[in-house]
Amino acid sequence: MGRYKEMLQIIKPKMVNRSLAGNLFLLLFMAICGVFMAAPLVLIVCNAFKPLDELFRYPPTLFPRNPSLDNFSDLTVLMSNSWVPLTRYIINTLIIVGGGTVGHVLLASLAAYPLAKRDFPGNRLLFGIVILSLMFSWQVTQIPNYLIISRLGINNTYLALILPASAYGLGLYLMKQFMEQIPDSLLESAVLDGASELRIYWSIVMPNVKPAWLTLAVLQFQQMWGNTGSMFLRDEELKPLQFSLQQIIGGGPARQGAAAVVTLIIAAVPITFFMLCQSNIIETMATSGMKE
Amino acid sequence: MEKTAVVGKKRNEGSLSFRIKKNRAVYLMLAPYFILFFFFTILPVLTSMALSFSSFNVLEPPVFTGWSNYIRLFLDDDIFKTALKNTLILAVVTGPISYIMCLMFAWIINEFKPWMRAFLTLIFYAPSISGNAYMVWNLILKGDRYGFLNGMLMELNLIETARIWMKDEKYVLLFLIVVQLWLSLGTGFLTFIAGLQTIDKALYEAGAVDGLKNRWQELWYITLPSMKPQLMFGAVMQITQSLAISDVSINLAGSPSVNYAGATLVTHLIDQGTIRYEMGYASAIATLLFLLMIGTNKLAQKILRKVGT
Repeated sequence: MGRYKEMLQIIKPKMVNRSLAGNLFLLLFMAICGVFMAAPLVLIVCNAFKPLDELFRYPPTLFPRNPSLDNFSDLTVLMSNSWVPLTRYIINTLIIVGGGTVGHVLLASLAAYPLAKRDFPGNRLLFGIVILSLMFSWQVTQIPNYLIISRLGINNTYLALILPASAYGLGLYLMKQFMEQIPDSLLESAVLDGASELRIYWSIVMPNVKPAWLTLAVLQFQQMWGNTGSMFLRDEELKPLQFSLQQIIGGGPARQGAAAVVTLIIAAVPITFFMLCQSNIIETMATSGMKE
Repeated sequence: MEKTAVVGKKRNEGSLSFRIKKNRAVYLMLAPYFILFFFFTILPVLTSMALSFSSFNVLEPPVFTGWSNYIRLFLDDDIFKTALKNTLILAVVTGPISYIMCLMFAWIINEFKPWMRAFLTLIFYAPSISGNAYMVWNLILKGDRYGFLNGMLMELNLIETARIWMKDEKYVLLFLIVVQLWLSLGTGFLTFIAGLQTIDKALYEAGAVDGLKNRWQELWYITLPSMKPQLMFGAVMQITQSLAISDVSINLAGSPSVNYAGATLVTHLIDQGTIRYEMGYASAIATLLFLLMIGTNKLAQKILRKVGT
């Protein structure tokens, strides 16, 4: 009995109102649901290591029997033969995702600070509009967005992807909610010392909201990483890595092996970033509640 | 005399123009974000509403046509009716279920020790951020015997020949719901996990003293009321997501899907706007979707405000 209890030590000890039967039930339940959630992801990983004949086997198997790295070398060959060099796609992704992420974190936090900490005419109205913007998704505005971007003359440039991404509503919302917990006394002493608002923002507020800007960066990265940019970018030389990866996925049966690796890459990159920043993100989300 | 002068000065300091001038630095800080926000969020919504009353094919200037787009949608467009019906079914099923899943999994995960909690959070959250890796479901639902579902069911002798799942009207919506639920533990889920960790432990001990007998009572009387702000935010995330289902349908059921069994408002909007170039008509769909999303969210906020009161 003692050993079983020890096994169940992954559950927090010394909580009031907990029964062993209840713990066992929850463990079992989570195990079943965890398998459902993880199975497709495991399949993605396994497929990347299956030789081509195993990708088309009946009955299909989850785990590879003769794991190989053939698919990876196939992918490198494919990528090195592409019309636009791979490095170009990577540079494009760095510019687009980097620009959109840095721009968003800077602009959103610059606007979030006065919204959280200063009382000025229009404060509630502006924040109310941002909350309203969380209540509909980008698909609603995609057509007028296209027209506006053409009208602004930034179609077929990096800016067509960077500028809209810099002004997403969710980031500003999360940043403002997180900044509210900075103690006012910290800011007041700086005001008494005669520091300007910009100075306070940069040297007091920003260092204190590091978890929030990491969170914004990771969420923004997740958003932008999946974007192929094909709606706005016509020139092949401007398109991001995601575009060339999607081309390979759509490449037919002969490319299934390389496509399996591509799927793995597409999924693994954002998941890795999340893993690295998980504790900061959870800390930020703790303040995300809506206080009416 | 002196008294009125002082009052006058005070009134002046409190006046709107004075307060705006005093906050000049603040407005400069807000400007970069809100200028972009105006161009890429507010202006598009207004444009969409205006265009919904016009006929517009991008090449020629829009022509005002009154309510005709809306009349055509409701009286003359059977695909729109299918799309609206599918959107509502998907939202009514995946919205509440995914919300409850987020809450329930977060609540259970919170019972574990930190390392296990971090691990489980990662497993459950990963599908929602793995880009379009959900296309791996194409391999699971593949219509020949190499598909995992077909393979499994045939091995178990439950079906005799492979079924083309995503080309059969009976199954399309069902599998879209399954995949959408798999994808739905996103921002709302993280918010609940984080919210649960901030609840004061002393509340539970006090609850036990006051006679709460098990974890279910704890959940109802302490946990849920303590995380009301997170519940409201999570609802916004799940509702908006469940009404915007489109990519999953396009990539798994095809576009157009068989007999439009997987059509949603967003896929219909994409079809009309980017393929047929009927921008006015597409804008009418977008405007309806906008109103549907805002309306549902406002309603949910109203209901959730009642939790624990």
